[in-house]
Amino acid sequence: MGYLMTLGIFASIYTILAISLNILTGYAGQVSLGHAALFGIGAYVSAALTVNLGFNYWTALPLSILITALVGALLGLPSLRVHSDFLVLVTIGINFVVVALFKYTPFFGGPYGLLGIPRPSLFGESMNTFEYFLYAVGWATFTILFVYWMSKKYIRVAFEAIKEDEEAAEAMTISVARFKIYAFTISAAFAGLAGNLWAHYMGVIFPGNFSFSKSIEIMTMIVLGGIGTIRGAVLGAVLLIFLPEYLRFVSDYRMLIYGLIIVFTMIFIPSGLLGDRSITWKWTRIFKKGDRVAKNNEN
Amino acid sequence: MEFWQNSINVLVLGSIYVLIAVGLSMIYGILRVLHIAHAGIYTLGAFLSLSIMEVTGNFWIALILSAIISGFLGALMYRYVYKFVLKEERIVPLIVSVGLFITMQDLYRIIYGPYKYPFSISIPIPYIRAGNFYISPLQMLILIITGIILIGLYFVLNKTRIGVGLKACANDSQMAAAVGVNTKLTIALAFFMGSALAAVAGTLVGVYDNSVYPTMGSTVSYKAFVVVVLGGFGSLKGSVIAGFLLAAAEVFLVAWKGFFLPRDAIGFLVMILFLIFLPNGLFGRKER
Repeated sequence: MGYLMTLGIFASIYTILAISLNILTGYAGQVSLGHAALFGIGAYVSAALTVNLGFNYWTALPLSILITALVGALLGLPSLRVHSDFLVLVTIGINFVVVALFKYTPFFGGPYGLLGIPRPSLFGESMNTFEYFLYAVGWATFTILFVYWMSKKYIRVAFEAIKEDEEAAEAMTISVARFKIYAFTISAAFAGLAGNLWAHYMGVIFPGNFSFSKSIEIMTMIVLGGIGTIRGAVLGAVLLIFLPEYLRFVSDYRMLIYGLIIVFTMIFIPSGLLGDRSITWKWTRIFKKGDRVAKNNEN
Repeated sequence: MEFWQNSINVLVLGSIYVLIAVGLSMIYGILRVLHIAHAGIYTLGAFLSLSIMEVTGNFWIALILSAIISGFLGALMYRYVYKFVLKEERIVPLIVSVGLFITMQDLYRIIYGPYKYPFSISIPIPYIRAGNFYISPLQMLILIITGIILIGLYFVLNKTRIGVGLKACANDSQMAAAVGVNTKLTIALAFFMGSALAAVAGTLVGVYDNSVYPTMGSTVSYKAFVVVVLGGFGSLKGSVIAGFLLAAAEVFLVAWKGFFLPRDAIGFLVMILFLIFLPNGLFGRKER
């Protein structure tokens, strides 16, 4: 039972991560392969605040989210000058540099990482696994609801416009620079939250937890689920957390499977399992009466 | 004296960077694809050489055979993977390439295990030594092979029909096809040559460090992009110069001590700064 609980916590954390990358990549079209760096910053800031500086968890939580969001805004600055595939190179570079910084800064524990990160306490007692599970699921639900709410707002339209055509968006009086920074900031804030949850559950973090392969893992989740949709991000995260645990051979060849998933999804089903244009999603919509998608299919 | 010793290190390190980056630059020049899986080929080259060396016992046969096999694999990668996604947004081939790279890396781990294999050879090159200054046989080997390859590449690209075809494809592949260049073959050839060079680089590094292991390509793959960015995308001359410049920056900054980051991070910082402030690199043509 505790094992299932742990998996649930991981799935919640990765759901938050996948959704946060989805805001950046799926909505605003800024592909990042350095998302683990933001995840790591959230984890390390929170850990350093509680372990090294003696902060309370409930003060460290908003601080770590805030600091990660600020760093995210800074990391978003290159995206104003660098586009598409070059931006990916920049984000990969940032991931390597951030991991190197953690590894070589004594304040962050160097290669041995930070140990003894406390669990958050509730009414004077530190949470047990079940309480932490509920806590993590709560945050994941909040993230889903918040991003869903956000996707009904003007900001989502602006993101889509930037994704489609930056010059046209600029011509429609959408400030490309401002909304790109927004996308990076919001995305980073949620990545920071995920990092915080991860650090305080694991109790110990190493620079290696946030390496480039973690970034690929997060990208695999949203590519598999369908880029640009919340349901896709959730499905991708849950699938890739639970599948390796139940199929032994998958867990032994984890990176191989991730790589093959990326290659084959991109070639054969570019909109993922539940993307807006994927067969599976259209197929589920047929049963919905009066749905526009289904009608279009009939016509 | 230390300066001269470091200069030799720069030349050796730079040679490796150049060998890897030239292929990447060539492929980017034609297809506009950031071919990250190139580093997978680099590791493959090292493993192939090691295996062939065990069977035949001759280093030169191993080097040449592994270069040819890796070259063919590179060309197949174009034919059976990239060709399907080239029509999509430019980001799609890149993500596919990352997927290919981690697939290959994990395949090596599964086949060979996560161990470091020793790779030692004996070559009939004397040990050059003058006072404190020395060049080891392996360093000499790397310098000689790189020299031969670069001169050969210069002739192929500038004096033969293949080179003309490659340049035509890089300029405008549709136009090149219209005037009778077999673009598919030419692009496959670019992949073949680039991958063969990467395999040679992998073999040389394996011999130089006396170890071959599945993850040997992971930092190198991005380092090579640093070189390509520095030299200007698609510019082969730029890549060659930038390879040696990056090696010089790394070796001398580390020798000078007091730089707060590890050696590998220098390259990435340089790359980020260049992409932001000098996106055409040192020798790139202005594009778009």
